[in-house]
This record gives sequence, structure tokens and C-alpha cells, in this order.
Amino acid sequence: MTFSPPINSIQYLLRHAIDFRALQACPTHSDLSDELVLDILVGGAAFASDVLAPINRGGDENGATLKGGVVTTAPGFKEAYKAYTDAGWQGLSAPQSIGGHVSGGQELGGQELGGQELGGMGLPMVISVAVNEMLYGANMAFGLAPMLTGSAMNAIIAHASDELKKLYLPKMVTGEWSGGMNLTEPQAGSDLGALRTKATPNGDGSYALSGQKIFITWGDHDCTDNIVHLVLARLPDAPAGSRGISLFLAPKFLVDADGNPGERNGITAIGLEHKLGIHASPTCVMEFAGAKAWLVGPENRGLVCMFTMMNEARLFVGVQGVGIGERAFQTALAYAGERVQGRVAGAEPGAPISGHGDVRRMLMDMKSGIMGARAINLACAYALDMSEAAPDEEARTADRARQALLTPIAKAYGSDMGVAVTSTGVQIHGGMGFIEETGAAQHYRDARIAPIYEGTNGIQALDLAGRKVRRDGGAAMAALIGDLDVILADTKDISGNNGLDLGCNIRHLEAGLVAMKSATGMVIAMDEIDSHAAAVPYLDLCGHVISGALLIKSVVSGLKAKDPHAPAMQKLVWHHSLKYLAQAPAYLAQIKCAAAPVFAYPEDRLADL
Amino acid sequence: MKVLVPVKRVLDFNVKVRVKSDQSGVDLANVKMSMNPFDEISVEEAVRMQEAGTATETIAVSIGPEKCAETIRTSLAMGIDRGIHVKTDAEVEPLAVAKILKAIVEEEKPELVLLGKQAIDDDSNQTGQMLAALLGWPQATFANSITKDGDSLTVGREVDGGIQTIKVSLPAVVTVDLRLNEPRYASLPNIMKAKRKPIDAKTPDDYGVDISPRLTTLKVAEPAGRTAGVKVADAAELVSKLKEEGVI
Ligand SMILES: Cc1cc2nc3c(=O)[nH]c(=O)nc-3n(C[C@H](O)[C@H](O)[C@H](O)COP(=O)(O)OP(=O)(O)OC[C@H]3O[C@@H](n4cnc5c(N)ncnc54)[C@H](O)[C@@H]3O)c2cc1C
Repeated sequence: MTFSPPINSIQYLLRHAIDFRALQACPTHSDLSDELVLDILVGGAAFASDVLAPINRGGDENGATLKGGVVTTAPGFKEAYKAYTDAGWQGLSAPQSIGGHVSGGQELGGQELGGQELGGMGLPMVISVAVNEMLYGANMAFGLAPMLTGSAMNAIIAHASDELKKLYLPKMVTGEWSGGMNLTEPQAGSDLGALRTKATPNGDGSYALSGQKIFITWGDHDCTDNIVHLVLARLPDAPAGSRGISLFLAPKFLVDADGNPGERNGITAIGLEHKLGIHASPTCVMEFAGAKAWLVGPENRGLVCMFTMMNEARLFVGVQGVGIGERAFQTALAYAGERVQGRVAGAEPGAPISGHGDVRRMLMDMKSGIMGARAINLACAYALDMSEAAPDEEARTADRARQALLTPIAKAYGSDMGVAVTSTGVQIHGGMGFIEETGAAQHYRDARIAPIYEGTNGIQALDLAGRKVRRDGGAAMAALIGDLDVILADTKDISGNNGLDLGCNIRHLEAGLVAMKSATGMVIAMDEIDSHAAAVPYLDLCGHVISGALLIKSVVSGLKAKDPHAPAMQKLVWHHSLKYLAQAPAYLAQIKCAAAPVFAYPEDRLADL
Repeated sequence: MKVLVPVKRVLDFNVKVRVKSDQSGVDLANVKMSMNPFDEISVEEAVRMQEAGTATETIAVSIGPEKCAETIRTSLAMGIDRGIHVKTDAEVEPLAVAKILKAIVEEEKPELVLLGKQAIDDDSNQTGQMLAALLGWPQATFANSITKDGDSLTVGREVDGGIQTIKVSLPAVVTVDLRLNEPRYASLPNIMKAKRKPIDAKTPDDYGVDISPRLTTLKVAEPAGRTAGVKVADAAELVSKLKEEGVI
């Protein structure tokens, strides 16, 4: 199954759903011309469709394997990884120099390192999201390796000593060395405060790590000469719970002063999980047996350090949902255009099932749902970029709050949409969707992890309701709703002009915004236990309204600019308003009742009625 | 050696081609366009020549509408030094292209013009040959290998039944075939660098070339669809049917 990365959709949303022009006007991105953006998208698309997509199926069938403590990736992955690093994609949003601009909200700092060339491209997060969506769509299991390297680099950039930065970053920017994030332990998943891995000082400034980590993505593999692990562990006498966790860097091979990997460190993959999907991404049980490590950031501040770079990873997981959803859509569209079954109303005999009303509905559900989640991802990335690049401090602060607010929504809404859309993709195939041959089933299986890792979607909703809305009394949310109100007003202004009827969109956006305002009020006012039960429906409501508003904005902007894609987008957004935006008010009932109904049912009868 | 590499923007080879309902041509609205795959091979070869030190400067030329600049930029991102974009929205036939290229050759004085053997949209397979004739230069078509020795090139040509090796003196026109090399993917750093490489904007008038078409397209139609088959009772009936159809 071929994959054509959705360059047109991405370009359209960059132009019309977010204010990309404002980003281009920022001094740090002044050379980001439309032509350059297009060239980067075309280059990324060619790599995704020609190099990564063809090995996706074999990756699923063969998976990664573990023998004698050595992980071997699926056929073709090592070569593809080499091609990826040769083509320089790992450095896309990495800083150009140590001390230079970096996306992700941090400066590299470090006076002595000032100006040392790193070779990153320093491109904004919106471009990274766009390119990575294409990579994930082509091959999600592959795409996780670069993502983990990116996360590890961000942690090092933000918190590591200059010495560690100098030693490890240059080879990570190129992708020659990959990164791993070692957080989870059997008893410590959502609650990392429960972790037990120990760090003992060696007396020479380094530490010895011992313990076991599970579910470590690309924790070991054969694609690079070294793997740079970031590990959460406890120092002796550290306080219990989450305030007693520190962050460490431990390489698979110890590195000499010139940066050459030498002696093997005490880090081994001792198990590989059998999974529902992403078979080609090795998910490892990692054993740390006195592994030599270095502290990153202050003692006992490991969780805080980790969270400063987690935002980007969370956004990327939402992007995975969209990428894989797009792939599933293309697979379903091709099948629906060929499969003949039943007489299509109003068509000649032999017309394919894409003409059936219900099949067309499913295709539209998929396409519009993906487009909406994509718009949220880009808006989140845009806020992150502006929080660094905007010329005045006030705007940067507002954008920082906006990005923090949108991150859990992008992660959860995008990944849930990925599951919903890939499931619909299976449905369009009928029985063949359940048979592996078509590839539709793989997309569904691959998509299913995204709502779980990088903090489950339940945890994302708690983050939204608690830290992002209740904590500031709804200030950041009110600012967002204010912007969406402006979209509504602009849409009313243009509707009716030149025979444009956006009435249906307007009605549902109006109702959606009313619902979002009252839901926000309720979530702020209710007690904490209630807010936990209301969090997920609240996040879903917000996702529908924000995606609906951004898409409507893109239609208005596109029509004004006479974008050739605007008329088709208008039809797509009509469907989006009916299918997704219109659902928003329905969540109010559940949000309002919150904890009462979910706890009303007697727990001791959950199993037996 | 200075090398000129003409590149054409064509319908992407993955796109399912649709004929316009009035049969005047194929529908190009909103479809994906890319560099002609044979031209990717000539670009790759030119870049390799430069990396090997045989080529001193490489120049890409594209003739066509505004968007051809994207195709030139693709070649710059692969490693070509600079571009020339001859802008026209008119349909240009191989002879017009060859005449424009001739004028550019006279201005730029390359020693080698490296073209794709044909473009996958109209499959003409004429431009290189016409250019060689107009310039009075030797030509080597369907190149499968190219090596430079002194003032000449040794070119292996893909011909029916094998490879024919010929020697042409420089300056020369060479058209490349599919198996000459495997074109590279533009790397991100090179995509970024390409934006600083110059592209000269020209028009056919700048070269005094009349590009008005010599051919008229009467109609464009989809290939006939497959017709239903028939079942035959035995081998004898099969043979007689095949004779009836003139197959044997
Ligand atoms: C394929 C794969 C790759 C992974 N990659 C990595 C990796 O590279 N590095 C790494 O460190 N980890 C990784 N993980 C681990 C992953 O991040 C965790 O599985 C995830 O955070 C959930 O933790 P858990 O599995 O312990 O589930 P649990 O925390 O036990 O959660 C079970 C359920 O309870 C809910 N829940 C838990 N706590 C709360 C709460 N306080 N309030 C409300 N609901 C709650 C959850 O939402 C979930 O529905 C990976 C996991 C998988 C499956």
C-alpha cells in the first residue's frame, strides 16, 4: 500500500488555521519562506513515502527480536535508519549551536560552550510536527526512534552539565546515537513517585544505577553505535515519593573524553514485549546493573526536569494519532474505490462502495476527524514556537500558557482520534478489514498505543482540568475561548456574502462555545473528586470545539484568500461541524453530574449484575 | 567541465492520470507534480561528477510555468549549483525546448548537456537528439554508464540485447537511462542550503525563440478498457478463435 503524505492539507492548515505569517515575521524565523517550507515538506514526504512506508508491513510481520541480550530490528530498519541520519532529518528542530535557539522552550546556556556548532536546523515546531506526521503515517514504529532521541536531547539541553552536553549532543543531533527514556517500572507507571531504581555515588562525581525498567521504547537496537539513556532513579536517603527522584544520563557504551564509545556499560535489554502493535519498535525490559551514570539537573528534581521536556513528546503522540489516521484513511479510500458490492443508488451497476451513503459517511468521518485533530496539533506547536519567537514578553507569556493548555488536548484528542479513525478504516474494508492482508488492521493495532503512553489520556485530562484550568482559575482557557469567539464573529461577518452559506457551522460553533464556557465554569467550581470524573468528557468537549473552530477559521481565511482548496475544505468542515462540533453540548450532562453517577453504582456489584 | 542539466516538471509517476472530459488533454488541476524521474537520474549523475571532481559547475534549467521553480529547487537541494528558469505558461514542444536550450548553451558554454532520455508525461524522446542536431554536437543517448577520459566521454548505451559502448568527443549531449544510477534524497541541510543558491528568471523572448507549437492535439482519450472474455469448450475451439482474431 503506497502512502502519499498529505502535503496539501498541512500547507492549507499552516496558511489558514494558524497564523503562520506571524511566525514567519519573527526575527528568529525570518528566512522561513513559503518556498522553503514547501521544499522541506516535499523532501520529508519523499523520504516518508519512498523509504519508510515500504518497510512498514514487514516491520509489523517480523518485529524486533532479542537474542543473547542483543536486539535486532526488523529487516530494512537499520538501512532506513542510516538513510534517515544521512538525510539529516534528526536535526530538524535541534539548535544550530550550543547556546543558540532551540525549540521546546529552552536555551542551551553554558557560557564556555557558547557558539559551538551543533548542526541542528533550528526549525520551528510547526514544521517538525508537519514532517513527523508524515513519518509516523509512513511508519509509526520507526518514527518512535527519532522521537525518543529528540526527547532525550531536550532533557540534556535543558538540564545537563556543559560537559555532558558537549560529549553527547553532537552525535544525537545527527542521529548517529539515539536516545532512550527510562521512567517506567513494574510498580511505577502513571505514578512515577513509586519507582525504586537506585543511584549510588561512585565518589568520582558519577553514580552507579541498579534496578529494572520496563516498556522502554527503542531501549536497545542495532541501528546506532551508542544509545544515550535518560533514567529516573533514587539517591540514597532521598525522600519518599515523587520529591525523591533524580534524573541521570547513562550511555550504553561509556564515552572517552574525545567522545568515542568504548567499554560497555552495565545496561542490558533482558526482555522484549509481545505487543498489540508497533511490532518493529523494540519495547524493552532494561536491566541496570551498576551502570555508570551522571546526574542531570539538581538532586531530587528529576521529575520536574523530565516534565520540562515532556510537552513536546506529548504533542508528538497526538501527531502519531493523526499520522496513522491519515494512512488508514488512504488505505480505506483506495479499497472503497475498488470494492464492488450492492447496487449504488443512482449509479451504473459495478460502481464501487465509495458511492454508498454510509461508506461515504465513514470516509468523511475519517477525513474530517483527522483534519480537526491536525489543526489542534499545529495550533499547539504554533503556540510553542511563538512562546519563544514572539518579539514581546507579554505575547511570549500568553503563548506559553496557550501551549501548556493545548498540549494535553493535542495528545489525547489526537491519539483518541487515531484509534477511532483507524477503527472506521477497518470497518470500511468489511471482513477484509479484519484480515491482516489489507494493512487496515495494522493501522488500528499500531494506533492503539498512543492513548496509553506518554501519560494515559486519563492522566492528560486530569492535567487539563487540574493544572491547566483550575490552577489559574481558568485564565488561559478564557483567553483561548476569547480567540474562538473572534473566529465565530469573523465567520458571521463573511457568511451570507458572495452567496457563502456557513450558517450550519455558525450554529454549531455558537452552541459549542456556550457549552465550553459553561463546562469550564463547572470544572473550576466543582470539588476535586468531581473534577477527576468530569475531566475526560471535558477534554473531549474542548477538543471538538477547538478543532471545529480552527477548521471554520481555515475556511473563512481560505475563501477570503481564494485558496484553490478552500471550496473543498468548506464541504469537509460542514461535515466536521455536524459530526464532531455538534457533539460538544452533549458532554455537558456528564460533566455536570461528574463523580456522582460513576460512584453511585455499588462497587461490589460491578462484577455480578 | 561545466554541465547543464535540463529538468522537467511532470505529473508524479504515482498519480492516476485522468483525461479531461472535453478530451483536450489530461487533467492537471490539483494533482501532484514532480521532477521527471529520468531527470532525477541526470541530476544525480551531474552531482556525482561534481563530487568526483570531473564537473566544475552544474546548472539546472527548467522551461515552463511559475511552479517549475520548485523542480529547479529540488535539483539544487540534490546538489546542483544554480538554476535558470525560462518562464512560460504555453505548452512547449520538444523542438522549442531544444531551441531554447541551444541558446542557453551558447550563453553558458557548458561542455556537457545531460538530459533524461524522455519525459514520462509525453514520452517524446526527442529533445536531446534535436539539441545535438541544432548544436552540431555528438550525442550519446540512453546512457547506462558515463566515464570521462580527457576530452571525450565513454558512454555505455542501453540498446536491445545489451550495452553498446561508444566514445564521444566533448562538448556533447548525453541522455540518460533508468539504470545509470540511483538518485539520492535531498537531505534537510541541503534543502536549507538550496535556498541561497541563485535561480535566474528568463523568458523564451530573452533567447529570441519562437515557441509556437508545430503540432495540434486533436484529442486525448483513455486507453480502451478491458472487454469481457469468452469461454471456449476445448483446445480446437481456442485455436480457431485465435485464428479468427488474427492472433495466430
Ligand atoms: C509500547 C509501550 C511503549 C512505552 N514506552 C515507554 C518508554 O519509552 N519509557 C517509559 O518510561 N515508559 C514507556 N511506556 C510506559 C507507559 O508510559 C506507561 O505504560 C503508561 O504511562 C501507563 O502506566 P501503567 O502501564 O503503569 O498503567 P497504570 O498507571 O497502571 O494505569 C492503569 C489505568 O489507570 C489509570 N490511572 C492510573 N493512575 C491514575 C490516576 N491517578 N487517576 C486516574 N486514572 C489513573 C490509567 O489512566 C490507566 O487507565 C511504554 C508503554 C508501552 C505499552
